[in-house]
Amino acid sequence: MLHPMPSFGSFAILLALALCVYTLFSGAVSLRALAVGRQLAVPAEALRETSRRAGIASFIAVSCAAFALIWAAFTNDFSVDYILHHTNRDLPSLYKFSALWSGQEGSLLLWAWLLSAYGFVMRIRDKADVTLHAYASTILSAIQIFFLLLLVFAAPPFAIAAGPLHADGFGLNPLLQYPEMVIHPPMLYLGYVGFSVPFAFALGALMMRYPGEKWIHITRRWTMVTWLFLTCGICLGMHWAYAVLGWGGYWGWDPVENASLMPWLAGTAFLHSVMMQEKRGMMKMWNVWLIFATFMLSILGTLLTRSGLVSSVHAFAESDIGYWFYAFLLIVFIVCLFTFLRQRDHLRAENKLESLVSRESSFLFNNLVLLAACFTILWGTLFPVLSEYVQGSKVTMGPPFYNRVAVPIGLFLIFLTGVGPLLAWRATSLRSIRRNLLLPCLAIIVSAIVLMATGLRPWNEADGSTGAIFSLVCFSLSAGVITAILTEFLRGANVIRNQTRKNLLSSTLLLTRRNTRRYGGYIIHFGIVVLFIGVAGSAFNQSRELEMSYGDSLQIGSYKLVCQSYSQDSNANYDTDYALLDVFHNGKKVTQLAPERRFYNASQQTSTIVAIHSTLARDLYVVFEGRNPETDKPIIKVFLNPLVNWIWIGVGFVIFGTAIALVPPLKPATRRAEALEPTKAPRLDSETWALPVTKSTNA
Amino acid sequence: MRKRLLHIALLCVLAVPMLGAGAPSSRFDAIGHKLMCVCGCGQVLLECNHVGCPDSDREITELRNEIATGLPDAGVLNWFVAKYGPTVLAAPLRGGFDVVAWIVPFAALLLGIGIVIFLIRIWRRRNPPNVPPSGPQSPLESSLRDRIREETTY
Repeated sequence: MLHPMPSFGSFAILLALALCVYTLFSGAVSLRALAVGRQLAVPAEALRETSRRAGIASFIAVSCAAFALIWAAFTNDFSVDYILHHTNRDLPSLYKFSALWSGQEGSLLLWAWLLSAYGFVMRIRDKADVTLHAYASTILSAIQIFFLLLLVFAAPPFAIAAGPLHADGFGLNPLLQYPEMVIHPPMLYLGYVGFSVPFAFALGALMMRYPGEKWIHITRRWTMVTWLFLTCGICLGMHWAYAVLGWGGYWGWDPVENASLMPWLAGTAFLHSVMMQEKRGMMKMWNVWLIFATFMLSILGTLLTRSGLVSSVHAFAESDIGYWFYAFLLIVFIVCLFTFLRQRDHLRAENKLESLVSRESSFLFNNLVLLAACFTILWGTLFPVLSEYVQGSKVTMGPPFYNRVAVPIGLFLIFLTGVGPLLAWRATSLRSIRRNLLLPCLAIIVSAIVLMATGLRPWNEADGSTGAIFSLVCFSLSAGVITAILTEFLRGANVIRNQTRKNLLSSTLLLTRRNTRRYGGYIIHFGIVVLFIGVAGSAFNQSRELEMSYGDSLQIGSYKLVCQSYSQDSNANYDTDYALLDVFHNGKKVTQLAPERRFYNASQQTSTIVAIHSTLARDLYVVFEGRNPETDKPIIKVFLNPLVNWIWIGVGFVIFGTAIALVPPLKPATRRAEALEPTKAPRLDSETWALPVTKSTNA
Repeated sequence: MRKRLLHIALLCVLAVPMLGAGAPSSRFDAIGHKLMCVCGCGQVLLECNHVGCPDSDREITELRNEIATGLPDAGVLNWFVAKYGPTVLAAPLRGGFDVVAWIVPFAALLLGIGIVIFLIRIWRRRNPPNVPPSGPQSPLESSLRDRIREETTY
């Protein structure tokens, strides 16, 4: 029997593999020839150009393969094993599209496609530095070859299903049939895969002993955009877990969740410490290893989820694919180590740290804490394996471990977020520390006192849990950090206001536009603090569970829920059980909620659709857990989760801040004026103030 | 400044008694959050939300019974470990090698901080910082320097 589209997809993958192999070898040969000045049968520059073009063509080939799989999903081609197991005829179109990343083979194809897309953009924008881009392109093609080899030999997405042709598929996992699942995995993958680009540039720059820090300027936007994608991916995953899984939380410290957080933490550390290299030529070795580690953690995360090394509710079944990842990770590490050892003299720092109390040391401590957090999560994820090896029995590393170990480290990080930007480069005087830290410290003390006075008294917690004390510390530190950030904005805006006579708001906007990177960074810090405040609210979650019949009511906090009705519905894809609940707040009806429980016909699986009444102060989170088989009445579980909205608002600020930081800074009018009058000596008055300074900060 | 630091230190000291022991009535919640549901859902026992879960209801009943026998917390946890194996604990709490799980992250952080401080001290000794010209600065110079710092920092 002929299978035209699966055959087309398989050949597209093979073609992409051939093109990537050509990109790798022609790139390596031409770059080596150019480096040592050797003559080839064809000019090395021409060979390098063919390598670039082959890389671009590989994007088209992988796109064809991805298209073929989506086409197979939309045309219900159940001869393809992957389509048979991840779709069915009645699946809505949106989820047929998302079938591309619903299973192992498809998600590996998505990874390969995104990598080729990043490579495509990088290769067509190679004018900044052709040779450096050629190195990066060659390294990217090596990574791409690994994923294409997986698709050809270990996890072919176009494998034909054995036996007779099925009339319908087995359906998509119900947990994935949620709108966020259409964008969460691509976002997360854009983050994971995106770190390949700065990794390739860093390794390439090291291989070619690239002079100066230009590679950092070239990759800065790549790194930030990638970091943003990963941030969004993680947060969408949190929101999906919150809205779909129905356990009232958004983060369960599952190994798969941890796998996404580790490269994020390492990438965040890199984004901070790379400023030291740009600004002062320091920490070059550290930065190179940070980006190597970030990339390797992305691969490790994939290994953890696919090898069956650790148990996770998200993980794919144990398969031989893990060995491929072990081998790849080992090769990457050896290549990185070898290149580093050969070229380490190129990474000598131009300056050394001069003081423990300086911006540089705050960056270093910030890096240390971020990496400590990353290590803690890696340790917690892998400790069950270690325990089995040492003690002969696995242990569980659940939320109690992370809440006690990772949370204090996170609080230390908040503290550094507030203090770091207030310190000067090289060394900070005691006077300056006193002046800059006075208000934030006052804010910490005042907020702690106010919180304790208004009822947040951890010593009253009956179960002796540390959650309340951590929350108190988090709220107080957050108040300090927010004060520090606002003070920085106000101080800068006041300088501009004095110069330009504009109002405070216009001055703040102008200030931000003049140094988008710095003030965008502050907005990101603000967002992270708001997010932490939201997370700290989880220490005060409440929940109640009740079997509810018509007219029954349930009281939780200041909310009262009254069951109006419960019924059933069905469509071609699933049957629904739902309850209609009137919600009263302090005696006044505020909304009606309809939590559902769905039974999907194709996969014969159930899923909950949570109903949430969300306010800035708290979420009323209602789950239809099912029906009591004896009474047939619905069992409703209600959670009262304080401050959850702050998490999503914080993420919004992080996105906004990153967007600001990506915008090129405004050139001050004084700088343009000087360009028009090059012979005119700069005056030391307020109008020329930003002239030499902006040049250096915005480099 | 010293006073302020003292106040902060005092606050930290005051925070210590806040970590007081729990009342007996909340033992069910406290212990229930140290145990996992064994059905494979990967959730803490008291947060397992599966109606018809084959294990959580039985575990919860067992937990109530064991607390009612008057066993201390450790005794209740040991009873569960003996019945379901060590993976029933939500975190490694058995002592012995399990302690390593708790110590290593903090040890790594402290070691890192120690190394950083040590390195900075060595670098400072090798490269003494440039001493700024001594002598009183005019108010104009001081404000100028402050503004330069304002504008040049990230």
